[in-house]
Amino acid sequence: MTENIPRLRLEHVSKAFPGVQAVNDVSLEVWGGEILALVGENGAGKSTLMNLINGVVPLDSGKIYLDGQPVTMDSPRRALELGITMIHQELALIPQLTVGQNIFLGREPRRWRFWIDWKRLYAQAQAELDRLGIDVPVQARVADLSIAQRQLVEIAKALSYNARLIALDEPTSALTERETETLFRLVRALRDQGVALIYISHRLEEVFELADRIAVMRDGQLVAVGPVQAFTPAEVVRLMVGRELTEFFPKVPTQRGEPVLRAINLRAGREVQGVSLELYRGEIVGLAGLVGAGRTNLARLLFGADRLEAGEIWMDGRRVEIRSPRDAIRLGIGLVPEDRKSQGLFLGQSVRFNAGAGLLERLSRLGFIDFRRINQTIKAIIERLRVRTPSLNQRVRNLSGGNQQKVVISRWLALNPKVLILDEPTRGVDVGAKAEIHALMSELAAQGMAILMISSELPEILGVSDRILVMREGRIVAEFSREEATQDLIMQAATGQLERRVAA
Amino acid sequence: MNSSSNHAPQLSEFLRRNSTYVILLAIVLGFAVLAPEFLTVNNLLTVALQSTLVALAAIGMTLAIITGGIDLSVGSVAALSGALAAGLATRGGLGTYPGLLIGLMAGAGMGLLNAVMIVWGRIPPFVATLASMAIARGLTLVYTQGRPIAGLDRAFTFWGSESLLGVPMPVWVLLVVAVLVHLLLSQTALGLHIYAIGGGEETTRLAGVNVGVVKVCVYVISGATAALSGLILTARLWSAQPNIGVGLELDAIAAAVLGGSSLAGGVGGIPGTLAGAFIIGVLSNGLNLLEVPSYNQQVIKGLVFILAVMLDYFIKQRRTVRTRRAPLAG
Ligand SMILES: Nc1ncnc2c1ncn2[C@@H]1O[C@H](COP(=O)(O)OP(=O)(O)OP(=O)(O)O)[C@@H](O)[C@H]1O
Ligand SMILES: [Mg+2]
Repeated sequence: MTENIPRLRLEHVSKAFPGVQAVNDVSLEVWGGEILALVGENGAGKSTLMNLINGVVPLDSGKIYLDGQPVTMDSPRRALELGITMIHQELALIPQLTVGQNIFLGREPRRWRFWIDWKRLYAQAQAELDRLGIDVPVQARVADLSIAQRQLVEIAKALSYNARLIALDEPTSALTERETETLFRLVRALRDQGVALIYISHRLEEVFELADRIAVMRDGQLVAVGPVQAFTPAEVVRLMVGRELTEFFPKVPTQRGEPVLRAINLRAGREVQGVSLELYRGEIVGLAGLVGAGRTNLARLLFGADRLEAGEIWMDGRRVEIRSPRDAIRLGIGLVPEDRKSQGLFLGQSVRFNAGAGLLERLSRLGFIDFRRINQTIKAIIERLRVRTPSLNQRVRNLSGGNQQKVVISRWLALNPKVLILDEPTRGVDVGAKAEIHALMSELAAQGMAILMISSELPEILGVSDRILVMREGRIVAEFSREEATQDLIMQAATGQLERRVAA
Repeated sequence: MNSSSNHAPQLSEFLRRNSTYVILLAIVLGFAVLAPEFLTVNNLLTVALQSTLVALAAIGMTLAIITGGIDLSVGSVAALSGALAAGLATRGGLGTYPGLLIGLMAGAGMGLLNAVMIVWGRIPPFVATLASMAIARGLTLVYTQGRPIAGLDRAFTFWGSESLLGVPMPVWVLLVVAVLVHLLLSQTALGLHIYAIGGGEETTRLAGVNVGVVKVCVYVISGATAALSGLILTARLWSAQPNIGVGLELDAIAAAVLGGSSLAGGVGGIPGTLAGAFIIGVLSNGLNLLEVPSYNQQVIKGLVFILAVMLDYFIKQRRTVRTRRAPLAG
């Protein structure tokens, strides 16, 4: 911090949406050459604050100074011109375009003003990816990439602007540890070059590992700022939530009941090459593995979202054919998908609609929907998960990212299936709600539900699961009991250094 | 076993990329067998001429569809441009070329009106262009009093009935426009932004693209190509008819969709759209040659349309399953 003028200064910045004061009188400084972590519960106003800085939404009141000069941030274009970029929480890539086209969208290398210099565009995009050590083909269409790959491309895009201030809104939520490390290396390198970085994350370990200073938001207000050394993780959590949280992963030991679902030698393409597994009532099974190991594909097969090429599925001792999600739901299998925006939510519809969508048939009498009972059911779950919304009528599009995730989960919880598959259930969810979701999973298991949880966060896998399966290259390569599992063992199995199959 | 499993994806990949052309080829071959007159140079030129009117309007339509919008006004705009040009050239006394130019500008102007409603009025394209479809048709009827405008001179009718190097002028016009718009779409930043908007408007805005300007360009071009279609038809008919172009928008949409455009936006292209327009043209011509009554022709066209779109869909479906696997493997 050699400069004596902050790169960015916010003075009494506020922003309200109908029904919520999203950002409330925030004053904050960000310096060149530092990483400022911004933390807070879902809906605390972190993304909104970043959107104000990036000209995505206009200020209600307050002032923004860049290098000491007052600036009006009236459009994203203006922000880009001033050297401010952002990695958005919701993936912001265009699926129909290629990786290179996405990276340089809006500033394509040109010849004669209008013509795109495709050669240069792809060469520069390749250079950009190489610099970050990202291995994704530049000419591939984004639609054909996995979520983690998309996230990496998004990061490459934001960093390629050579910005002086970069806001990263939960950039690691879809990344594996290795990719996360790559990102950290980059972020640190940028800091050392004098870039100012704002880093939003719900993973406190990351925050403490990476940040120079921490800013905590609650209900739109800035409740604390200071150097990392001034905080302990527990303090940060208390500041975020405004109350004491006892344990991060409360684990209620459960009684394993009889088997519910049995899969034998499932196959589909290269991603799932002969997977057999058994799920028991009352048991939470954690499915670990690297991104691309085939975990999501397996989940989609069990849910009938993709076509099975070979193999058998048995439910309650009967052989069943699952040809569509509808079949799966009727058999009592639920899936909380990984990509909530495109697969889990009706963004333009209300919270009530989204959370209750699965209940309509069940809670109808003579074809008429029993709205009163639906409301009751949903209200209870929404409160339980602490979904922050002004009312059940709020459109899901207007909820914060983490609250959207909670709404998807509510829908499946409301359905109360026999087997619930959760694909990265707490991605983007704050610590409080995460604990709440984990507690709820334990409770459901205790009531006899069989749960299969996919997660790339090892602490989550270790904290919640009764039994842990590890997938690698389309196969289940290891199985551990809760007691014997360690981070090391799981990583070794996931990367192929260890193979051990406990006979199921 | 190994070689067959290698060839099958290649073949289906080829079919996927070229399904429109394969369908066009199949229909051409079918008619060539059924109707001996079909494959004569004369008849093929007629087909090209007939397809031109739809193809021109479909080019602009393709742009609108790629952005995720639509332009329902093309048929009415064609009629308005033709009537204005003919009226100004003859009874207006402006002469042929000023008349044609103003006709073309009127089309572009209607496009601008569409864009203003869509971009600044925030009216959905379907609704905005539905309104301008009525407005343009109404203006045409007011201007012509509902009667044809005849008395066009040779310079005007030249664009409809003469040929250069054995190729009719309308086909030349189509070629020039198609090449220009194709280059625009595939080689310029504006073209890339047209696709980008269809794939994600907000994302495109966040990338610093002026989305409004792009849409203005799209609808102005669509108005202009619709106008060209109307001018050429007027030249071919030797007179402006106030009710030409009724239903042109449907043919144009059909051509774009047959050519692989997705009404959801983000996908499409000019070569495909041309092939789509030719499918429609060949079908009309061939069915006429086979002396199928015109009422029955409508039914057959509808069926072929559905078949073609379904075929395309199935080929693509099979591919998406494959690609979803591929990238994860590495
Ligand atoms: N466009 C909008 N319209 C209405 N309300 C909105 C809009 N955008 C955000 N909000 C509301 O503003 C509040 C703050 O949201 P914001 O997205 O900033 O939270 P966040 O801190 O980023 O949360 P998360 O950790 O879940 O991403 C939330 O209550 C949200 O519902
Ligand atoms: Mg957020």
